[in-house]
Amino acid sequence: MVDYVISKYNYWIYIVLMMIGFYGMMGKRNLMKKLIGMNIFQTAIILFFISIGVKKGGTLPVFMEGATRAADYVNPLPHVLMLTAIVVLVSTTGVALAVLLMIYRRYKTLEENEILRSIR
Amino acid sequence: MNTFQAQAAILIIMIPLMSSYAVPLIGWRWKGSAYFIALLAIAASLVCSLILLSSVLTQGTIHYHLGGWLPPWGIEYVIDPLNGFMGVVVCIISFLVTLSSKKSVEKELPEKKVRFYTIYLLLFTGLMGIVVTGDVFNLYVFLEIAALTAYTLIAIGKEEAPLASFKYIIMGTIGACFYLLGVGYLYMVTGSLNIADLAQLLPPLYRSKVVLTAMAFFVIGLSIKIGLFPLHVWLPDAYTSAPSAVSAFIGPLMTKVGCYVMIRVMFTVFKPYFSIELIPVTTILSWIAAVAMIVGSIFAIVQSDLKRMLSYSIVAQIGYIVLGVGLANRAGLTGALLHILNETFTIGCLFSVAGAIVYKLGTSDIYQFSNLFKRMPLTMAAFLMGAFSMVGIPPTCGFFSKLYLILGSIEARQWVFVAVILISTLLNVIYFFKVIEIAYFKPRQLATEKEKEILKVVYANGGTYEEIVKEAAPIGMNEVPLSMLIPILIMAAGILISGIFYFDIIAGVIQFAIPSSI
Repeated sequence: MVDYVISKYNYWIYIVLMMIGFYGMMGKRNLMKKLIGMNIFQTAIILFFISIGVKKGGTLPVFMEGATRAADYVNPLPHVLMLTAIVVLVSTTGVALAVLLMIYRRYKTLEENEILRSIR
Repeated sequence: MNTFQAQAAILIIMIPLMSSYAVPLIGWRWKGSAYFIALLAIAASLVCSLILLSSVLTQGTIHYHLGGWLPPWGIEYVIDPLNGFMGVVVCIISFLVTLSSKKSVEKELPEKKVRFYTIYLLLFTGLMGIVVTGDVFNLYVFLEIAALTAYTLIAIGKEEAPLASFKYIIMGTIGACFYLLGVGYLYMVTGSLNIADLAQLLPPLYRSKVVLTAMAFFVIGLSIKIGLFPLHVWLPDAYTSAPSAVSAFIGPLMTKVGCYVMIRVMFTVFKPYFSIELIPVTTILSWIAAVAMIVGSIFAIVQSDLKRMLSYSIVAQIGYIVLGVGLANRAGLTGALLHILNETFTIGCLFSVAGAIVYKLGTSDIYQFSNLFKRMPLTMAAFLMGAFSMVGIPPTCGFFSKLYLILGSIEARQWVFVAVILISTLLNVIYFFKVIEIAYFKPRQLATEKEKEILKVVYANGGTYEEIVKEAAPIGMNEVPLSMLIPILIMAAGILISGIFYFDIIAGVIQFAIPSSI
């Protein structure tokens, strides 16, 4: 069992991180904490993608002497995909922060309970 | 195929994308130009989409390789009858809604006009990108472009808009991330991101747990994006508090494009055999959809705000479309696609009418609508047409799409769904006729202090209530400006025309759009 967990530890870390983020988004009542939870959630997915591209003993995806087979190189494609996903992450965070700023200016608080109370 | 035709697949995205950069540059000097640039760009996309659809139907599937990189290595845009059809539907509605947005944007967001149209065009780019792309990761990027711009546009609305937008950001990000995880799981086992390539590589791997997990992530993620019933919580708030022009644009299009992605994933990326027989995704979806149809309609009945009522109505209509997808037979899918066409026209028309009412009355509270039929007869005629289509009265398009859904249910021997469609139709009647009753029959209430003063004086002189109302508030025709009215009437006519020519639409386009193996 321990071996099973350790042999695939990258996936376990990704799942644990994702669940922390998920709890942050769903369980926390502070909007900023929700946003931080969202960031952890997205970062977990980036970790997952990065780890599926890695091979044990693989080298940089640059052609060099001595490594002639495709199996010798790590797969660069998931890493490149994640560059795009990081851009998406950053822009989502930017939009979310701007919206949080609007909420704060309007209600003078970021606690969801207090905002809901002031609306009613 | 001439040069322009060959490039139409990329132009359909590049024109609005580049125009969205041109809007702030030119609009910085000439503020009024923003609207016209947006309109021209969307009109150009509409022309491209019509060319694409006609050449798809005559010459078969179009492939466009970005940068000349051949698939599966490069990104590929694929136009087949399904997304050719979707592209035309999205473009027509975007064009009409944009046409009608001028006055309402000027009134609700006077100093944000230029920025508004910049983001508006980006949103349109995102939606078109989702439709034309043939690459699952590229689709994710466009999904996020459309979602991010939608968050922004919703947040500039009235009072509670930022909060609704933030709720949407959280839910929408979960949805998009689940979709991305699905892509990652498929990449792990196949090493490909191209939809056509995936469809070939996947069948031997159908029993793999990774593929099953990927399917689960896809379905849950997309269900959040389209607002399928238990995951719809972000939808009513977001669509209600958005500016009128935005809810008329996002309301009909965002969720329907999401439905298109769902159809694409379930029947193109995966073979129908996988989604229908190997794991019961379609069965589960159709039961959830049945619940959505009933619950969405019940929620719609109790609302007193027109835009909120329409938002819950969208939840119910998504139920119809997903039910058609879930039935997974030819009649059901025909119904679903016809319903997508019908819904974009109907919801677009109804939300534009709501925008027109907000423009004139300053509120979308249903109980303030008395005598609206006398004041805005043409707008309300369009509303009636939309309501008829939503309820499903022939010859509007809504009747035929529901008919096909019922035929599909009968073909699948699911009698419960036949009953659910009929009950949901009855519920639709209730909430639309509530609005019509108030707008047509209910006399205007005298509410202001000044009017109460008049009331006292006239009562003292022995007058009746009706006379006073006439005295205090003479009812004259007071229509919205033509730039709003004409698109609304065109949409209403579209509902009727697509109903009358439903058979030609099915025979000409939709029957080719359904995956051949169903």
